[in-house]
Amino acid sequence: MTLTTEAPAGVPVAAARRLSYVKAFNEGLAQAMREDENVFVAGEDVAGYGGVFRMFDNLLDEFGPRRMIDTPISEAALVGLGVGAAARGLRPVVDLMFMDFIGVCLDQIVNQAAKMKYMFGGGLSVPLTITTASGAGLGAAAQHSQSLEAWLAHVPGLKVVMPSDAYTAKGLTVSAIRDDNPVVVMLNKVLLGSTSEVPEEIYGIPLGQAHTARQGSDVTVIALGRMVGEALAAADELAAEGVEIEVIDPRTVQPLDTETMFASVRRTNRVLVVHEAVTFGGLGAEIAAQIQDVVFDYLDAPVLRIGAPFSPVPFSPVLEKAYVPDRARIAQGCRRLLERS
Amino acid sequence: MVQKAPRKSAAKTTHHVSAQVIKDLHERMVRIRLFETEAGKLMEAGKLPGFLHLYVGQEAVAAGVMAALRDDDQITSTHRGHGHAVAKGVGFREMYSELYGRVTGACLGRGGSMHINDLTRGMLGANGIVGAGVPIAVGAAFAARYKGEDNIAVTFFGDGATNIGAWHEGANMAAILDLPVVFVCENNGYAEFTPQSAHMLITDVADRAAAYGMPSVIVDGMDAVAVHRAATEAVERARSGAGPMMIEAKTYRFFDHQGVKGLRHPYRSDEEVAEWKSRDPIGLIETRAVADGTATRAELDEVWQRTRDEIAEAIAYAESSPLPDPADMLLNVYSG
Ligand SMILES: Cc1ncc(C[n+]2csc(CCOP(=O)(O)OP(=O)(O)O)c2C)c(N)n1
Repeated sequence: MTLTTEAPAGVPVAAARRLSYVKAFNEGLAQAMREDENVFVAGEDVAGYGGVFRMFDNLLDEFGPRRMIDTPISEAALVGLGVGAAARGLRPVVDLMFMDFIGVCLDQIVNQAAKMKYMFGGGLSVPLTITTASGAGLGAAAQHSQSLEAWLAHVPGLKVVMPSDAYTAKGLTVSAIRDDNPVVVMLNKVLLGSTSEVPEEIYGIPLGQAHTARQGSDVTVIALGRMVGEALAAADELAAEGVEIEVIDPRTVQPLDTETMFASVRRTNRVLVVHEAVTFGGLGAEIAAQIQDVVFDYLDAPVLRIGAPFSPVPFSPVLEKAYVPDRARIAQGCRRLLERS
Repeated sequence: MVQKAPRKSAAKTTHHVSAQVIKDLHERMVRIRLFETEAGKLMEAGKLPGFLHLYVGQEAVAAGVMAALRDDDQITSTHRGHGHAVAKGVGFREMYSELYGRVTGACLGRGGSMHINDLTRGMLGANGIVGAGVPIAVGAAFAARYKGEDNIAVTFFGDGATNIGAWHEGANMAAILDLPVVFVCENNGYAEFTPQSAHMLITDVADRAAAYGMPSVIVDGMDAVAVHRAATEAVERARSGAGPMMIEAKTYRFFDHQGVKGLRHPYRSDEEVAEWKSRDPIGLIETRAVADGTATRAELDEVWQRTRDEIAEAIAYAESSPLPDPADMLLNVYSG
């Protein structure tokens, strides 16, 4: 899997060094904690154990129990703790382990964190970061495998980022913590061990700015999270057939950088949107609608969406594999788009 | 003898426990133990996908409670649900097939370890969301009373789960509606890797029942007979319409939170684990049964052997069972 590490303007890129996705996240978090005394981390088994996905390894040693807090299994209170602390000027990072658990604390996220600044007439900000692991692929079944970005992206006041590789895991996490709004950082479980080049110094990736992960002239593939790697692999496959795919990684799904997408569509005239989440009501629908609103005249074919079937995530690996979109389905989708004149 | 919580002493109920019940408790525990240890081996051999939260060490709780229930009594379980399922009578074939992701599994390969259920046995499912089973059991108890049936519901949960809002809302709802539901806390001292002392300031989870006006009792969760006595009383109480009650069983899990070992951090000492293992619930009941003449060693061994054979057969069945067909992806998303 070749993942670009091209940095946005103004971001220093030091000598190449490969780091895993989870270590890059950890490094970004540690640097953000060093940068700002007000940053603290709370969650289940984050301190003593270092997080069930090793996301918080070694942070207790450096930052101590004042800033690394193990909490009871009380997600509503955990997010509420973050909201209240953020309202009083701290920069909490609260961890929800598996994204599926947001069901337990959705009120605190949706009705409290997201709306507080607005409802209070702008008098305060809620610089809360919520970290969580999303996605299928580990045989973790229906209550531990979902990609629920569409739920969150629908809520005004929240920001949602979906790192697609180690480089973006670090940069988006740092930006999420520095941001004055509630930001949900959706790490992908299958990507945790994947590596890419990651600068050693602290850097933020601007929220709301898409990244062109690969340039191409024939089809624009807009891919979320783990699907970026799959799209790049599909692009390699199609390049061998003489087809040039442009891959766009929105990085942030709320706010969504549609301008970069529109510009790409004006060049390629064909679009495929791919995400791991269920297709129905997914972000692919939103992106397709915006594209047809603005750049309809440039389209040579209807926008195509690829996502999961309308089913909970199945357990059996044979079903789970068929459920999650992959490079073959993306390549096939591109071919279909090209068949239309 | 049920007391109003809080209650700090061990239960001293006087129900007579027959030799038949001792043998029943023993067999249920052996079935859980062997099911679990074999599943652990399969997981270590890389044969099973997903997560496996083993129950070994806590067998006395599932056995003691389930032996007090009827088939039509309902239970809700946890992420650590195999023991409850086995003790409630769910078949080995369906359970292993599910762990393997086969279409012959209890969930047709859709659910895996954390969602095993059997509606014909009143097993309303393991649950991947901590605490989520509690209000569901309250609902099942409500349905029983609503329909004028005399079955009851039991909800199993860990110490950690009692920190979840759903637990508190469920407890209060059960109490205020005076429903036939038994709350069973399997206090194994840890929530994942966090010791109880780091996630609540009370020593006895049973104290929490008091906040909702629910009586409670604390039992030695390694002693299946003690659990069974308390459960029998709570179940009779619920069935007679006297309302909910909580049992806190002090117990221990012998394996890691997930999987068999792989303890990356020494969150509990070897001495502590060894001490609890020396009070192995199956060892305890066997020693007592042989000493008081309830069963001979040969009779007990026969249970192990018979169960081993049944398990070997069930694993072979699972391994030779077909996988689900991706063409059936949308099966059961809706009914009808
Ligand atoms: C709502 C929710 N939060 C967190 C988790 C992750 N998790 C799974 S098991 C567990 C610990 C549960 O502890 P306890 O209730 O004491 O049960 P035990 O594992 O000791 O049997 C946690 C935190 C989850 N599955 N659901």
